[in-house]
This record gives sequence, structure tokens and C-alpha cells, in this order.
Amino acid sequence: MPDPNPFTRMDTVSRRKFLLASGVAGAAAIGTGSIGLSLADLLRTAIRDRDDNARKDVTKLVVVTLYGGNDGLNTVIPYADPAYHSARPELAYAPEKVLHLNESLGLNPLMPGMKRLWDEKRLAVVLGVGYPKPDRSHFRSMDIWQTASPVRPVPSGWIGRWLDAEKAAPETAVSFEPVLPPLLAGESRAGSCVSHSGLKLPAGIDQSMVAALGQMEPNESEMRARAALAYADMLKVEQLVREADDTPELTDDKGLLTTGPGTSPLARQLSLVAQCIEAGVPTQVYSVSLDGFDTHASERIYHEKLVTRLDRALAGFVNRMAQTENGRQVAVVVYSEFGRRVRANASDGTDHGTAGPVFITGPRVAGGFYGEQPSLTDLDDGDLKATMDFRDVFGTLLGSVLRADPARYLDGYDARMLPVFSAG
Amino acid sequence: MTDDVALLLRRAAFGPTAAELGQARAAGYTATLSALLTPSGADSGAARAPMPELGPDPYAGKTGVTLEQSRDFDGIRERQIAVINRWWLDRMTVANHQGVEKLVFFWHGHWATSVKKVRSPQLMLAQQRTLRSSRDYADMTRKMVVDPALVAYLDGHLNTRAAPNENLARELLELFTLGIGQYNEKDLKEAGRALTGWRFSLTEERSVFEQAKHDPGIKTILGVTASHDAASLVELLLRQPACAEHVAARLWLRYASSTTPIPEATRDAMTAEFPRTRAMLRALFQNDSFQATAGTLVKQPIEWFVGAMRQLGIRPATLPEKSFIDIVEDLTSLGQRPFAPPNVGGWPSGAAWLSSAAAQVRLRLAGRLAKMLVADRLTPEGMAYVLGVDGWTNRTYAVLREASDPQRLLTIGLVSPEYLVT
Repeated sequence: MPDPNPFTRMDTVSRRKFLLASGVAGAAAIGTGSIGLSLADLLRTAIRDRDDNARKDVTKLVVVTLYGGNDGLNTVIPYADPAYHSARPELAYAPEKVLHLNESLGLNPLMPGMKRLWDEKRLAVVLGVGYPKPDRSHFRSMDIWQTASPVRPVPSGWIGRWLDAEKAAPETAVSFEPVLPPLLAGESRAGSCVSHSGLKLPAGIDQSMVAALGQMEPNESEMRARAALAYADMLKVEQLVREADDTPELTDDKGLLTTGPGTSPLARQLSLVAQCIEAGVPTQVYSVSLDGFDTHASERIYHEKLVTRLDRALAGFVNRMAQTENGRQVAVVVYSEFGRRVRANASDGTDHGTAGPVFITGPRVAGGFYGEQPSLTDLDDGDLKATMDFRDVFGTLLGSVLRADPARYLDGYDARMLPVFSAG
Repeated sequence: MTDDVALLLRRAAFGPTAAELGQARAAGYTATLSALLTPSGADSGAARAPMPELGPDPYAGKTGVTLEQSRDFDGIRERQIAVINRWWLDRMTVANHQGVEKLVFFWHGHWATSVKKVRSPQLMLAQQRTLRSSRDYADMTRKMVVDPALVAYLDGHLNTRAAPNENLARELLELFTLGIGQYNEKDLKEAGRALTGWRFSLTEERSVFEQAKHDPGIKTILGVTASHDAASLVELLLRQPACAEHVAARLWLRYASSTTPIPEATRDAMTAEFPRTRAMLRALFQNDSFQATAGTLVKQPIEWFVGAMRQLGIRPATLPEKSFIDIVEDLTSLGQRPFAPPNVGGWPSGAAWLSSAAAQVRLRLAGRLAKMLVADRLTPEGMAYVLGVDGWTNRTYAVLREASDPQRLLTIGLVSPEYLVT
């Protein structure tokens, strides 16, 4: 089948080179489906291809999922609206503390990094994003976002369906989470899943034993070969993680990894993404996440910790990406399964709500507000009314970053394309 | 022929233990198949793990629940969910009627319903009772279409005459009975109307029919025009040849191969027995194509875990609380927490279980299990005997030789490709 996407052609070449160069050509012989991924090998090969891969477009997508339902109103704060202050007296931020983006909206005071991105016009804030008939179950709502199917549960994610149609190689989409997010699951293809936290083997089992177990045997079935290969891949990823840890530039100048106990898994995941992107790894979609946003009580202290992590990790990542041509191909999208209710509850927290802001950022993103901030007084049973369908955001990313027809992957939904990517 | 019996046991049961394998070899293939699918007498093993009595759902009959109450209630539910998780893993381990027990696990994946959305452990247990008490697929489908957990999971309670919701109808046709492409959107819409009026009751732990919310009008479904309701819809679906074929293909996927499609001859042999599920399975296991799938089916994490518990002679019920919590967390990381399939399509299969991230968790969990092993001495050959593996490849044998104590040997054995892929 001819490659429908001219932008993936170079990657296909790199991929083949990788398979040959890494000595795992046997992996290609055992099947065309998803196999375990050898990032360390990818990285090594890709470094040689670095110049080939340089392009002046946005072609790489990093999806940041905030699990638990981020309180959108305390992230992008309608500080000038009296209704905000009266609905949540203990939780509201004083107008002078908020990092003003315009005369009515501002960022949480603990997001100075994102504020700088805004000032540099590299942060797009899409307002009031949600979907029809909001569901307040974390599980169901996250499912809706990740499958981009608000009407009914479907077995594939919106990226997964694209992987299916592209007959994508396993390294096309990579998750640095412990389990593969539904987002990257297709029906015939899937993203690869590598652990960010490093390798811990049971007592008495050393890496050489695992490496030996990772060898394929002649005449072994495809599934047994894949089972073996997974151990070999695991060790290679471990090597990558260790290399990432040893890279001095990760820890200070570029401000990505905060050192010490403050290092968050999100920063760690993004540091791996950064390394892969700089090296020209042919991965097009990365999935990373930050958990813990389900703040029903004493919200402020927890929420502040989380937005601090988000802010540092994200701003550090985008700043780092701006420094290389490969990095400038990156767009990051940040979303959560829902916002919180407008009114605080009796425990100084907020309960599950509806619409919230989505961030899109990257060196080539045209910063600014997109869409309209929902009213705080014209509510739907105490909740914000969404002003933008989330499929408009994902459709924009499918169309502008992955060069795909959005309707094909959004069950026919006719997405409104947001002009978030500036030319050049 | 001895290897054939081992394959049969590995697929139709969890494990098997060395003793079961020895007995099966002595009894022969046919007798073993009968014992698996139509066991006689009561299951004295399963009797040691009776279904827990949870008491009522804390939310049952409550209205206007405050946030404070809901925190308590959610805590109660969480503990109850831990209880049913442990119970089911234990039940799978101790049941002697292994073929029956494994089939319940299959049906749980077929009628995939997740406690994450249903929330009520009582309803999840009620569904287990239904899966266990159904005579055959037809009987099961009649009950499941109004199963309260499934209704809650697929928004059946929101499906009313005034505001139809097609969710349950769509999955009933697409996943549970006919398979995709066997109906059109009009059929589906009309099937949705037929299912209107059912809601679940937490108090009664069953579904309740509300005539006023049911759409009694004329519907045309798959060419049949009548004032269809849930019962007549199910009968109509059961009559479709596609239904028998779909169920045969699903059984093939889980018991034979997730990589090669069901051969036509096998399918025909199975559909001839429809809707008698166990007879369909018998036809599958007696078909030559079944033996040809040896060495290709990836064990699902729960199959892998329960099999290991049985072979090691450890009951999940006897594990310390902390160990059990760790195990369930590992199973969750592997992608298979009991009562919580990822979506209505059920559990993944094949290579989806073989990611490098899963490999790491599997090693960790194998290490936990190996710590429970009490043995002074074990050889690679002895390990193959205990784990019911036909033999080791040179690769795995070399690693096992290197493992100097029984715990290490077991860890390697449990994570080996030979044990993981049967």
C-alpha cells in the first residue's frame, strides 16, 4: 500500500534502518503487528539520522493527561468575576495573586512557567472545552476523552484508530505510563508502553538472566518470540532511563528535571520524550500523564502541588524543545476528563464538574485564547456549560499535526479547525 | 497423545497441577474432556469458597446522600470490592470443576461489565450468580439482557420511551450476540426501543421494568415486525445464524487462538451445538484445528496468576492482607483487575499482554509468588513438572540452570515464554 502520508516517509526509512542496525531484524520477521519497543536502539540509530528528520513543521504530538478531573476554574482563573469569588470563598484566589492573561482571566499563581510561555505567545488556552451530556464518572468521562466517542463506548482510542489506518509501526506512538492508555489502543495496532520508573528486578534475578530469557529461539511461535522480546526491550529501556538520568543537561540548565525529591513522574516522563525527540526518534505521538487531580477536600494545597509540577515540567519541556529544530516540531496538548463544580463543597474541595480549559503549547504554537469562557452564572445544574467540543481540539491536532482527516478518526464529527499553529 | 491432554487442561482449566495432569493422562483425552465440561456431583473444592454475603449496597434506598455520607459509602464499597476480588480469585483457585470455573471467567469477559462504572459490588456479584446459574447461552442471554449490572454499565436505565439510549442495544448486537456488520443502524435503533423501560434497583439487586417508560410501539428488527420487547428481541437474536457463529468465534479466540481466525469446519462443528456452550466447547476441543494452536495462546494475567496459585498450592484467601493488595495492584498494572475489564469489548488478547512494561510487572509478581514457595531443592525438570510445561527451550533451560535456588528457579519458570504462551 502506498504511504498516504508524505510526512511519514522519512520515518519509515529510519525505522527500517533501526531494525537492521539494532540486530533485532528478527523482530520484523516475526510479524507486522505491534512488537515490544527498543527505545535505546531507536535512539542510537536515530541520532545518525538527525539531519534527515529536521523539518519545519509541527509533526510530533505530546499528549498530557491530567487524571482525576483538574479544577479548571483554579487553573485558568476568572479572577475578575465576582461570581467566582462568591461561589468558592475559601478556594478562590485574590485577583492580585493571579497571573493575569487579560482583564478577566489569569493563570494560577503557581504557574509562572506557563505564564512566560503565554507572554512569549507560545501558549494557547482553549476555553470551556467539554462534550454534550457530560458524564461525571472519572472512568466514563476519561474514556470519552481518550476514545473521542461521547455517545457510546468504543474499543479504540482516537490515536489508536489513526495507528490502525496508518498500519503504524510500534514506535509510532509511545506511552511512558505503567499501562497503555486507551488513547493509544487501536484494534489492529497499538502504541508501545515503556515504564519511566526504571527497572526493579526480584531478588536474585539479575539483568543477564533476563537478557538470556529475552533471546528468541529458532522455530518458536510468534507469540513466544514476542514474549521473549519483551524482556530484551525492557532491559534496553532501562538503559535509556539510566542514560537520561546521567545526562547533566537534564538536571539544571534546561530546567526540565527538578532535582531532589521534587522530581515528579511527569517531569521524568517528559525528559524521556525530550531525549527521544532531540534524537530524531520516529515516534509521532507521545503519551504522558499526571495523576491526583481528584481533589474533593482541602483542595487548594493538593491542587497547588499538582499545578506546580505541571507548570515546571511543561514549561521546562517547551523551553527545551525550542532549542532544537527537532524540538520545534513538537506540540503539546494538556487536558483532563472534566473540570470541577463552580461552587466549593463543605470540605473546601470541589466535586466532579464539566467543562474545563485545554492547553496547547509548543515552539510553533500561536499563543492566545481560543473559544469563550463559560459563564459562571448561566449554569447547567451548578456546572459550566461547555462552549467548545473537545473533538474540535483533537480534530485540530489530527489535521494540523498528524496530517490526517479528522472526521475519519472522530466517527464522522465535523471538527472546527482552530488556528493554533502559526506558519513556519 | 499425552501432550494433547496437557494442552486441553492448560486451555480449558487454570493450571493444571501436576496431579491433575497425571490423572488426565491416565484417564485419556475423552474422559478428561467429559470431566472438564460435564463434571458429576457437587464441587467440594468450590464449596470451600462460597460467594461472600456482602449485605446491602450502602447506597441502596438512600436519597439525598451528603458528601460526607458518600465518602463513607464509597469506602464501604471499596472494601466490598476487595472482598469480591479476593473471593473470585480464590474460587478460581480452589474449584475442582475447573472447566466450569474457567468458562465463568470467559463469560465475564464476554459480557464485559466493569465495577468502575457500575460501582455496586452487590450488582457485580448478582451478575456472577447469573453467569453461574445459566443453563446455556440462550438462557444466559435472556437473563443478561436485563442484568442489573449490565443495565447500569450500558445506560439501560437511561433508555426510555421519551429519551432513547442505544448503548445497551448496540453492544448487545455488536459484541454479545451477532457481531459487527450483521445488522444496520435502523435495526439497532429499533432494538434500542425494544429495550426501553428497564432500570436497575440497588435495593432489590435486580432490574425493574417500568411499563410507562417502555415503548410498546411496532418495531422492525432484522426484517421482523412486531411490538418487540426485551424478551422477543433476544429470541429473535438467538435465531440468527450470525449469533451462533459469533459465539463460536469468541470461544475460539479465548480457548484456541487470538491470532488465527476460526477455521470454517471448526465453526460449523461448534455452531451445530449452539446454544449449548459446553457442547460447543467439546466440539472445539475435539477438532484437529484445536491441537494445531499449541504454543500460540498468550495467558491472560488472571489465568497466569490463578494457574500459578494452583500449581503452588496456595489459596488467595489465606494470603496476608498486604500481600493480596500488592498482587491485585500488580494484576491491575498488567491490565487485568477482576470485575474491571477496560471497556465493553472485554479483555485484550495476544500480543497486547506482552508489552515491555508488562514484562517488568510480571517479573515482580512472579518474584512475590516465588517467595511463598517452600522447597529445598528444585531442578529445571522438576520445575517443568510443577508448572505443567511440556519442556524448556535451550534458552530457558540455560537460565534455569543458572538459577541456584528454588525461588529463583520458580521466578524464571513463571515468566518464561514457554509458561506464558501455551
